[in-house]
Amino acid sequence: MTAVIQTERLGKRYRTRWALSDCTLSVPAGHVVGLVGPNGAGKTTLINLATGMLAPSAGTIEVLGGRPVDGPAQLARVGYLAQDAPLYAGLPVADHLRLGAHLNPGWDAELARSRVEGLGLDPKQKAGTLSGGQRAQLALTLAVAKRPELLILDEPVAGLDPLARREFLQDLMEAVAERQVSVVLSSHLISDLERACDYVIVLVDSRVRVAGPVDELLATHHLLSGPRRDPASLPDALQVISASHTDVQSTLLVRTSGLVFDPAWTVSEVGLEDLVLAYMKQAARPAPRNGHRRLEVQK
Amino acid sequence: MIEFHLDSRSGVAPYMQLIHQVRHALRLGLLHEGDQLPKVKDVAAGLAINPNTVLKAYRELEYERLVAARPGVGTFVTGTLDGGSLAAHGPLRRELQRWLAKARRAGLDDESIEALFASTFRSASEENIA
Repeated sequence: MTAVIQTERLGKRYRTRWALSDCTLSVPAGHVVGLVGPNGAGKTTLINLATGMLAPSAGTIEVLGGRPVDGPAQLARVGYLAQDAPLYAGLPVADHLRLGAHLNPGWDAELARSRVEGLGLDPKQKAGTLSGGQRAQLALTLAVAKRPELLILDEPVAGLDPLARREFLQDLMEAVAERQVSVVLSSHLISDLERACDYVIVLVDSRVRVAGPVDELLATHHLLSGPRRDPASLPDALQVISASHTDVQSTLLVRTSGLVFDPAWTVSEVGLEDLVLAYMKQAARPAPRNGHRRLEVQK
Repeated sequence: MIEFHLDSRSGVAPYMQLIHQVRHALRLGLLHEGDQLPKVKDVAAGLAINPNTVLKAYRELEYERLVAARPGVGTFVTGTLDGGSLAAHGPLRRELQRWLAKARRAGLDDESIEALFASTFRSASEENIA
């Protein structure tokens, strides 16, 4: 299956600061991909590179097998919804649809019309007077009616109240079920995306911390708790993502492809939110210096 | 037609929750052979979950021969969860009650009983796998 986004050591530098560095990804088609990370992690930079709004400073990126800015045909294959659902405040809803029809060769007018009707929007109402939720829904309608193969949404639910958030995601999931469109959407909150995503990319400090299908990530990460011990004494097959210790107990989040056999550990499943947070926390700590890499167990 | 719901705090994966709810409905007689399961699109839209999650649950149920997909039409119930096992519930429950009484007499509180049951259940299932 072709990758919707394929990057090789992709990087973007603004003057001296790398907003994205050494990013190598291969996101298969047919997924709803959650791009998560704290604010300023590089999510929007990655999205702007994928939509061709930015040119890479290093490495390569391919979207649906083509270069992001490769003429109208390539642009028609990707739907993009920028942060805060930008619309023309002075234009009525109906004119937005007319605009969409004129600007997009594959425009599905019937879909756009029925969605606007389903949302209960008045075609004569100006976009500027719509609620935040309605604006997001209208913007999603425009992006979906374009009939793209890949839909890229930058923080689509960030400014919405919980009800509007749910409604937006319901609509998005319906579109995914109906049109088999691949989706990449970003958020700084994994909880927003937990139900919707089946693939996650965690981006922190301009770097990809972990990426993969949600099922696979959940199956290979475990929470271990047991008597306190030095993580350095663990078998190499266990990759420690996070560790916390009390004077008697150690709790570790580990990644392993195999099973954990050591009976000293109580092994439990880990949820997606905890998993993502552990990777975020890992990145927040300063990089360990040689010689202090391992936790020292004090007696 | 049944309607699914999700408990996001339960820690149980959404697709497992869907499977449990179908099985539960079969056991309770809410679903019968020939009944249609909600369409993937409707479940995805209703619960705001990934359609693949619904497909995964339906595939698993198909694998268990409880449902079958008719392409372009929908997914239908084809199996039943053995009603005969219901008859066994009574005696098993009585044995369990006797055991619980014994555990209480031995001084175990609710939490200790639950922990003991869970750990025994786990090690028994692990032995079965091995």
